[in-house]
Amino acid sequence: MDIWSTLNDTFLDWGSMKEVLPEMLKVGLVNTLILAAASVVLGTVLGMIVAVLALSTKPWLRWPAKIYTDIFRGLPAILTILLIGQGLSPITRHWWGPNPYPLGILALSLIAAAYIGEIFRSGIQSIEKGQLEAARALGFSYTDGMRLVVIPQGVRRVLPALVNQFIALVKESSLVYFLGLLASQRELFRIGQDAAATNGNLSPLLLAGIFYLIITVPLTHLVNHFDKRLREGRPAEPEDVKLEELAHANH
Amino acid sequence: MRTIEATSLEVTGVELAFGNNKVLRGVNLAVPAGHTACVIGPSGSGKSTLLRAINRLLEPDAGDVLLGGESVLRGDADVLRRRIGMVFQHFNLFPHKSVLDNITLPLRKIKQLDIEAAQSAARAQLELVGLAHKAGARPGTLSGGQQQRVAIARALAMKPEVMLFDEATSALDPELVKGVLALMADLAQTGMTMVVVTHEMGFAREVADQVAFMDQGVVVESGVPEQIFTDADSPRLRQFLAQVL
Repeated sequence: MDIWSTLNDTFLDWGSMKEVLPEMLKVGLVNTLILAAASVVLGTVLGMIVAVLALSTKPWLRWPAKIYTDIFRGLPAILTILLIGQGLSPITRHWWGPNPYPLGILALSLIAAAYIGEIFRSGIQSIEKGQLEAARALGFSYTDGMRLVVIPQGVRRVLPALVNQFIALVKESSLVYFLGLLASQRELFRIGQDAAATNGNLSPLLLAGIFYLIITVPLTHLVNHFDKRLREGRPAEPEDVKLEELAHANH
Repeated sequence: MRTIEATSLEVTGVELAFGNNKVLRGVNLAVPAGHTACVIGPSGSGKSTLLRAINRLLEPDAGDVLLGGESVLRGDADVLRRRIGMVFQHFNLFPHKSVLDNITLPLRKIKQLDIEAAQSAARAQLELVGLAHKAGARPGTLSGGQQQRVAIARALAMKPEVMLFDEATSALDPELVKGVLALMADLAQTGMTMVVVTHEMGFAREVADQVAFMDQGVVVESGVPEQIFTDADSPRLRQFLAQVL
């Protein structure tokens, strides 16, 4: 059982897992959640702005949004993170010192905004023209019709794709490790990797992987739930409704 | 149903083109206050475009639209639309809102009513169309006929001076048409000024005060239903009636 014991030593060294567990919980998990949550919020806000600009009838608003999307969707995430995280740090260190966190979050958000912008745009465009027409016929301005009627429906329709993007962000948050983190700033991956190097086996990284799954798997199920709800909708009994309608018509 | 303060509607020489495609070529239509005008005609004759030119969902290229004798083409189109209710072929209820919220949304955001006032106005309107018990339901769970009645309630809740109906029963199953037409006939009885684009010749004959036949972007002939349906002048109208009756 040579292979088994090698695998066992590499991946299932309970001792080194137990040793790193408190730090993984108190430091790694917290930092990963902060990075992911902050870039989800900022990326969603920026993504909505990109989507609204991309849908504008004015070319001078539409084109910057399209170019932005092409660039940030087309570059490898790690390259963008390094360019922004390292490139801008001489400027931003005047404001918050050498802390790589804000720039890491900014880079993750800018990348996410390109994808999320496209998701929102496709959702908003998929809403039937009659919805805006009905809103306008009631007296809503174009802006209010979009804000109150079209965009809320578009967002609902793309919730599954949006949550998938959030899952990607949780995973991509590990890339900020390339910016160099203080011990207290390390996220799940970095803590797992450091402990793996110290212990000479990959068990701490496996533990980090388990933590990622604890975050992402429930999100995946949330996607499936939204998807099912969108496909099947709420249960209705059209035949009953029709009979009731007939009864009413005959009164 | 309450009686309303009706307003007259007049369309004079309205022209509208999509690029090179001239859809309206000088349409004239005068609807006295409290009258119901039915607009009939073949597909593509410009009937639906005419309705959208009246409430400026589409801006006319030429001509004028007079509401109570005043031109409405120069003012704010959003404000104009609050005076004109419109009902669509495919209902266009907001599917993400309950039946009640479909009606309260414009009352609250446009008429600035507080939530209690908006809800009580909306419930009263639902009562009139016989759907008070569906206030909490989503539009998607209602039949087509019920959805169209909610759409009518939503438009009426804004207390319009004129109502436009764009083939309001064309998307309904045959057995559901009657209920919606009955509601529209009731509304006509209350003295609402209405322009009804329809393929329901029976409705046009019984309810309309006047019928206008449109073809190729103009009103070819108009008159009281009796004259249009039994004593049509133009060969195109006679041909159309021969096909649909």
